[in-house]
Formats: sequence, structure tokens, C-alpha cells
Amino acid sequence: MSAVMITRKVRKWEKLPGKNTFCCDGRVMMARQKGVFYLTLFLIVGTCSLFFAFECPYLAIHLSPAIPVFAIILFLFVLAMLLRTSFSDPGVLPRALPEEATFIEMEIEAANVNVPAGQRPPPRIRNVQINGQIVKLKYCYTCKIFRPPRASHCSICDNCVDRFDHHCPWVGNCVGKRNYRYFYLFTLSLSLLTIYIFTFDIVHVVMRSVDSGFVKTLQDTPGTYPFMVGLTGFHTYLISLNQTTNEDIKGSWSGKNRVQNPYSHKNIMKNCCEVLCGPAYPSILDRRGLMRDELPVAASSAVPATKSLPAPLTTKTTAPLIPNEHTPDETKPSIADSPVTHAEKRSPSPKEEKPTSLPKALPIPKSPPTPTKVPPLASPETDAEASIIITREKEL
Amino acid sequence: MAETHSLQDMRQQATISAKVFIQRDYTNGTVCQFQTKFPSELENRIDKQQFEETVRTLNNLYAEAEKLGGSSYLEGCLACLTAYTIFLCMETHYEKVLKKIAKFIQEQNDKIYAPRGLLLTDPIERGLRVVEITIFEDRSLSR
Repeated sequence: MSAVMITRKVRKWEKLPGKNTFCCDGRVMMARQKGVFYLTLFLIVGTCSLFFAFECPYLAIHLSPAIPVFAIILFLFVLAMLLRTSFSDPGVLPRALPEEATFIEMEIEAANVNVPAGQRPPPRIRNVQINGQIVKLKYCYTCKIFRPPRASHCSICDNCVDRFDHHCPWVGNCVGKRNYRYFYLFTLSLSLLTIYIFTFDIVHVVMRSVDSGFVKTLQDTPGTYPFMVGLTGFHTYLISLNQTTNEDIKGSWSGKNRVQNPYSHKNIMKNCCEVLCGPAYPSILDRRGLMRDELPVAASSAVPATKSLPAPLTTKTTAPLIPNEHTPDETKPSIADSPVTHAEKRSPSPKEEKPTSLPKALPIPKSPPTPTKVPPLASPETDAEASIIITREKEL
Repeated sequence: MAETHSLQDMRQQATISAKVFIQRDYTNGTVCQFQTKFPSELENRIDKQQFEETVRTLNNLYAEAEKLGGSSYLEGCLACLTAYTIFLCMETHYEKVLKKIAKFIQEQNDKIYAPRGLLLTDPIERGLRVVEITIFEDRSLSR
């Protein structure tokens, strides 16, 4: 029992292969380059603090105290949207597990049987029909999947992102299916905020000029972002057509060759509603889920079984673990290979320890952790993995 | 419990002989739907109708999760008004349906798939790309 308590829980975000950084134990997810994000934050906070420090007191006294209150609300909303965009999962598609990858690979091989040897195989493309329109799905060599429609691989984050819009260095994250609406609301509210600040800046200058002359009132004027308004306008246009920046730049649905956007509802209002108020998609990365096994490969086969069976693990009546001497002879070798080896690796994990560890070491349901300190069969892989875990613990 | 017990036994005695992946069906757009085509690998394991019924129910559940309409717009607008802080203490409609789906899959496994030496995996564990069906090489079944 004590051994179970000592071992550090390994969460899934630590093993995610993309080029992301994580904070707060996986709750926050960003790209690695964050310099421009800090600049954005600095510009917004800086401008607003200048406004609050130099303009607001005068305006509150001479015009109305509602002006700074509204500015504060807007400012907080902008910040909330910026952080939400930057810190959330943009809709990253997890990479294929080895078995799924082999399955896809086999399908491709089967399709390329007719290609004569020595000749280059055709590009890996799958055609699907979406609302009567043929769309090509490209194979992603990094993620080992056929990318779903509208998904694209972000080279900076090294992930496939669903409904990929663009990688935005200003927010330090990709903009995709899950955070597009936050991004849009960020640009919208920031535009409003800049217009608001700019307007009251002018009002302030004019009022002071009337009071005590123009020259005296020339002080530092907050920076303005006409750029922001333009960006908001552009995204409003995209939303009303239900397009992504990526598709717009590539001209995917430009109307040439009668190619039309198959995702659009042909109704501006409905498109806007879908993008801004549609269902909030959950993250499919399960970043804070616990790793079930210290073996990354073995984990893949352990997942399906343990997931659906949280309760019956306590049964000890099981037969002794039979190493699979009965390798299936009639099955196809290439599928059978990998799962069988996984089963072999998994089987020796001692069952007696599981029941004891289950009740206490399980704050999160549906992820029964296999004790990580189990002395496994001395395979080189496990040893290396175990030593990594130990060194990490020392660091902590 | 009896069924789950047998499933547990099966997991240990049996080896995985193959895995079948049911792919996504994109005909109606990017809504999460899966193909109802019956894979030949399952032919002598499970009834075609039974399999199609499972996938169809699954598809209906996902359609419910991603449905556009008054309630989803209301949820979106309400969340927007609170700067999405409401999601810190409230589950989204989608998450609720996902729980329902997890329950449904476990139920199907216990009742239908496990006794036949099959195991469904919740698509959310595979990035909503595939429904993974594991086929076990089970001795007790052939006995």
C-alpha cells in the first residue's frame, strides 16, 4: 500500500507528443513560443492602466461614474477571453495508437496492391462525400491518421487540430474548433474596448481643452488598434460564411469549379449561431487523466479493458494468468502481432495489488492506476521507463 | 455482475486476436457519426442487426450532443454572458451526453459484446475517430 502512495501519478498530458507547454498539472495548454503572448498581455494591461490612471478620475467626476465601471467590465471580459483562448485546448486530435495506425497502414497497402513494384505509390488521400461535395482527406504522417475534414496539422505545435483556423502567436496558441469562439469574442471585445478608450480619450482632451487650453492637455494618449477592428471585421465575415482562415487563404470554397462550402448552412444567422453559440465541444485529450501503465505501448491495450470495467477488478477468483501459448493461427499476422505482444506485457502485472490500491488512490473515476512501482519483467524498455520515473521523482 | 465477471475472466484468459475499427461517417458534415457498415471480421460473432442497432444508437446520442437548437444557443449565450466562468461549476450538455454514451457502451459490453468475446471501446478514448472493437481469441467460447 505504501508503495502505491509513494509513486507519483503520471498524467496523460506528460506523455502527449506535440510541442506544447502545460501548466497547473495539465489544466493549461499553450504553444511553446509565448513571447508575443506576453507582449499582447502587456499592451492590453498597459494601455488600460494608463486609461484608468489618467482619464478615468476626471471622466468619473465630470461626466459619469458609469464610464470607468463599464470600462472595467469590458477590460475583464477581454482578459478572460484572451486567457481562455490561450490556455485551452484548441481541439487537438490525439495521435493514432499503434494498433489503429497499423490498421490504417494495412488498408492503404491493400489499396496499393495494383501499383507495380518500384513505382511510387499514389498520394495518401481518401475521398469522402460531404453534403454532396467531394472532399479530400489527407493522411498525416506525423499523427498516423487520415485528417478529419477541416482539420490541419499545425507545424508550430506539431499537432493536428480540428477545424484549424490558424496558429495565432498573439494569443500563443492555435485557434481551432474548441477556442475559436473565445478568440472571436476576444477580438470583438478588444475592438470595443479600443473604440471605447479612444472615444473617451478624445472626449477627455476636448473637455480639458475647453477648461484650460489644448496644449496643456496634450498628454500620453493610449495606443489605438485600428488593426483590431479590421481583424474583427474579417472574422465576422468568416463566421457569417462558416469558413476558417485556413480555408479562406487557400481559397478552398472560392466558388471556382462550383466548389462550395459544404459546411455552411446557407444562412448567415444560423452560421453565426453555430460558431458562437453552438455546443461547447469537450477536449478529447483527457489531459488530466491518469496513465494506466508506465509502459506507453502496453497502456494502449490496457485502456479498453480497464475503462469499461471499473468494478470487477476486485474479483480474485481469476484463473492463473496464462501466457498465451495459443497464438491464433488463423488470424492475419500483421494485426495480430502487436496486440498479442501487448497482452503479454500486460499480463504479468500483479493482480493482488490492484484491489488494495483501488479505493484510495482513485480520486478520478474510470482510470484505475496500475501501481507504477511494480517490479516488472526485466525488459530493457521497462527498466528505462522506470528509471525515468525515479529521476523525475528525485527532481520533485 | 455475472456478465462482467465473465468478461473479466475473458480478459485474462483470452488473447486479443484482432481489432476492428469503425470509421467516421462524414456524409452529413463534421458531426460525429460512425459508419453502420457491418465489418466482415465480426461475421460469426455477432448479429448484423444487433451491431447496426448499437452503432445507430451511438450515432443518435452523438447527434443529440451536437444538436443545434434553442437549448444549445441558450447555453452558449448564457455562458458568454458570464465570460464562460459558468463552465467551471456547470457541466455542458455535451459532457452530459458523453457520460450517457460511456454508460451505454458499458451496458452494451456487459449485455451483448462481452459474452461473444468482443469489447467496444468508447470513441472518446480514441479521439472520436473510431469505434474500436476488440475481438478476443477465447477458448471458453469455442468449448
